[in-house]
Amino acid sequence: MLDKSYYEKVDEIIAGYGTESRFLIPIIQDVQSEYRYLPPELLKYIADKLHITEAKAYSVATFYENFSFDQKGKYVIKVCDGTACHVRKGTDVLEKLREVLQLKPGQKTTDDMLFTLETVSCLGACGLAPVLTVNDEVHPAMTPDKVIDLISSIMKEEQA
Amino acid sequence: MRIANREELALAREKSAQAMKAESYRILICAGTGCLAGGSEKIYEKLVQLAKDQGQQVNVTVEFGEGIAHNSDGSCPVNGNCAGIKKSGCHGFCEMGPLVRIEPLGVLYIKVKESDCEEIFNKTILQGQVIERLLYTMNGVAYKAQEDIPFYAKQTRLVLKNCGHIDSEHISEYFAVGGYSALEKALFTMTPEEVVNCIYDSELRGRGGGGFQTGYKWRQVARQKETIRYVVCNGDEGDPGAFMDRSVMEGDPHKMIEGMIIAGYAVGAQEGYIYVRAEYPLAIKRLKIAIAQAEETGLLGENILGSGYSFKLHINRGAGAFVCGEGSALTASIEGERGMPRTKPPRTVEQGLFGKPTVLNNVETYANVPMIINNGAAWYKSIGTEKSPGTKAFAVTGSIKNTGLIEVPMGTTLREIVYEIGGGIKNDKKFKAVQIGGPSGGCLIGTDLDLPLDFDSLKKRGAMIGSGGLVIMDEDTCMVEVARFFMNFTQNESCGKCIPCREGTKRMLELLEEIVAGNGTMEHLDMLEELGTAITDTSLCGLGKSAALPVLSTLRTFRDEYVEHVVDKRCRTGVCKSLCSITIDPAKCKGCSKCARNCPVSAIEGQIRNPYTIDQSKCIKCGACLDNCPFGAISRG
Repeated sequence: MLDKSYYEKVDEIIAGYGTESRFLIPIIQDVQSEYRYLPPELLKYIADKLHITEAKAYSVATFYENFSFDQKGKYVIKVCDGTACHVRKGTDVLEKLREVLQLKPGQKTTDDMLFTLETVSCLGACGLAPVLTVNDEVHPAMTPDKVIDLISSIMKEEQA
Repeated sequence: MRIANREELALAREKSAQAMKAESYRILICAGTGCLAGGSEKIYEKLVQLAKDQGQQVNVTVEFGEGIAHNSDGSCPVNGNCAGIKKSGCHGFCEMGPLVRIEPLGVLYIKVKESDCEEIFNKTILQGQVIERLLYTMNGVAYKAQEDIPFYAKQTRLVLKNCGHIDSEHISEYFAVGGYSALEKALFTMTPEEVVNCIYDSELRGRGGGGFQTGYKWRQVARQKETIRYVVCNGDEGDPGAFMDRSVMEGDPHKMIEGMIIAGYAVGAQEGYIYVRAEYPLAIKRLKIAIAQAEETGLLGENILGSGYSFKLHINRGAGAFVCGEGSALTASIEGERGMPRTKPPRTVEQGLFGKPTVLNNVETYANVPMIINNGAAWYKSIGTEKSPGTKAFAVTGSIKNTGLIEVPMGTTLREIVYEIGGGIKNDKKFKAVQIGGPSGGCLIGTDLDLPLDFDSLKKRGAMIGSGGLVIMDEDTCMVEVARFFMNFTQNESCGKCIPCREGTKRMLELLEEIVAGNGTMEHLDMLEELGTAITDTSLCGLGKSAALPVLSTLRTFRDEYVEHVVDKRCRTGVCKSLCSITIDPAKCKGCSKCARNCPVSAIEGQIRNPYTIDQSKCIKCGACLDNCPFGAISRG
C-alpha cells in the first residue's frame, strides 16, 4: 500500500486537467515525472477517477515506451541509438556503459538503484553524435573513455 | 498587455523594432539543444555579467497594449544605450557549437568557451575588433561575416530565417521582425476562402513526409458539413537523424503558431493541438512560453485583435511511440487512446481528432504559411521546382564535416548539399551512400549525387524525402548492418495491430541478424525480398508500408555486399565483427608485446622482438590490440 501522500498528489494532478478520459496520458505523464516511475496502484486509482476500466488504462500505459512500472535509478542514462549516433559508433558507448555499471543481460537498473540505463531512438541532437543524456542533461560526442569519466564523476559526487 | 486591434499591433511591432534598433549591439548566443550541451548557458550568464559590470542596461523589456505610448517627441521609450544579449534558437551549424553571433558586426564566433567571454567583450564589443581565432576557417580563409561562410552562403533560409537571429522566448523579438503580420493580413483583408485559395495556389506540399498538397487538405476540411473542426500540428518528429522541426519549435515557435492560427481561420476551426515528442523537452518549454505570451497579448484566445475570430491552442506531449507520427495514430493518442493507426477512409480531413474534420500538418509546413500569405502564391512558386515549390530544411548528419541544419530550395542536388554546404566527407573518406527519409526512406548512392532533391524525383528513384533527415555514410559503413539497424528500429516501433508489419518485420530482422552473424545463405536474400514486398503491399499504415524500404533498396544497390556476407562470409568494412578476423602483419610488427598485454582473452602470443600472432579460435574481435599497436601492424578485414 502506498503512502496517503501519493494519492493526494494524484488528486492534485487530476484537478489540474479534469476527469475526461482524454487526459489519461498527460495525467500519467505527470505522475511519472513526479515519482520517475508509474506505481501500478496509482494507475488503478486514476482509472477509477476517469471512469475507465483498469484494463483500458493499463493498455494505454503499456503501449507507450515512456511509461515504466519499475522504479528507476537516481540517474537515468539514455543512450541515443538514432541513425547518426549509430553511424558514429554509439553502440560502443552503450557497451562500455553496461560494462562499467556491471549490468547483467536484461538488467536496466543497478542493484544500488543509482543508475538506470536505457536506449532512446533519437534525441534529435544528431549534430553532437553520439550523445547520451543523464536525467535529461545532454552529453555530446561521447566515447567509451568519456563514459568512464562520466560515471566516476557521478560516483564521486555521490560519495561526497 | 493585450493588443486589442490592428493599430495596437502595428504600434507593438514598431516599438519592438525600435527597441531592437536601440540596442547598441546584440549578442545572440545559440541556445538550441546542441549548443546548450556545449555550455552556452554559462556563456550567456558570463556575457550578461560583463555588460552589467560596465553599467549597461541589458535586455530591456518592451511593454505593449493600452497606456504605453511613445515618448512625447515620438521616440521610443527605450534608452538608446542598452545591450541586447539574447539566447537564440538553433543557428544550424551544430558541429561548430557553441555559436555566438554579434550584431551589427555580423560575425559568428565558433566553439566559444566561457573563458573566451572576457576577450569577446573587451575586444569585439567595446572596441569592435574581430578575434581571428574564434572565426570559422576553411582552406586558410577566416570568415568574418556569418553570411559568407560557405555553409550559410549556399543556403536559402526562409523557414529558418529567424532561427539564430531572435530570442525565441520573447514575443517582442518576433514582432520586431514583422511577426504576426500575415495573421493580421489574413484576418482583416482576406476571407477564409481566399486564405485557402492562396495556400492551394502556392502548391505548398506537406513537409512531414508524404508531400501531400496542403491547400487541398484545407479545402476539404473547409467543405465539411460538421462545423466543429480542429487544427493539429504534428511535432512528433520521430525519424532518427532528423531535427528540423525541433529547431523551428525551439528557435522560432511563433512562426509555426501564426501558421496554425491562419489555418484555423481558413478552415473555420476554433481549437488546435500541437503534438510534440517527449524527447524534446526544450521545444515543449519554448512552445509553452510562446503560447502563454500569445495569449497574454491577445493573439490567441477570444476575439483575436478584435476581428471576432477566436482560437485556442493546446500542447500534447508524446510518450515515446514512433507510430504516433502517423495521422490517425496521432489523433488517437491525443484522445487518450493507444496510438494505433486505423483503416481509411474516413480520412482525417473528414473524421480526424474526436471524430471531427481535422487539418493535420507538420511543423515545417505551418512555418511556411505566414510567408506565403505575406508574399503571395506566385512568389512562393518562384522558389524551388515546378512540382515541389519552396524550400526544404534538411538535417545533415553522419560522416560529414559540417553537421547541422540547413535549408535549400527544392531541387538542390545532393552533391551541392554534401560537398558545398556540408564541406565533404569527414576525415576525407570516400562517399558511400546517404540514407534519406529515415527508416521509411531509402539509400542514394554516388550515381545519385546529381539527382535534384524534390518529392517526385526521389519517388521515381524508390526513396522519399521523408521529413528531411540526411544521414551521410562513408566507406566504413556496412550497408547490411545499416539495413539491420533500421529493421530493428521499425520492428521495435511496430504497433502490433496488423500482421504483416508485426510478424513480417520480426522475421526480416531475424534473417538480417543471421546474415550479420555469418549464418546467412543466398536463400536468406530471396526470402528478404519476398517478405519485404509482401509487407509493403499489405500493411495497414505508412510505417508498415515503408518498413521494408531500407532493406529492399540496399538489396538492390548493394547486392554485392550482401552476397559477400552470405557466400564469402566477409564484411569488407569490418563492422560485422563475426565476419572479420584481426591479423598482425609480420613485416610491420616489431614484437613490442603491447598487443598481447592488452588482449583481454590472451589470444596473442609471441616472443619479444619477434612478430606476434593471433590465435583466431580465441580472438573475440574486440579490437583492443588494433587501437594500441604503435606500428600500425594490426588490421581488421
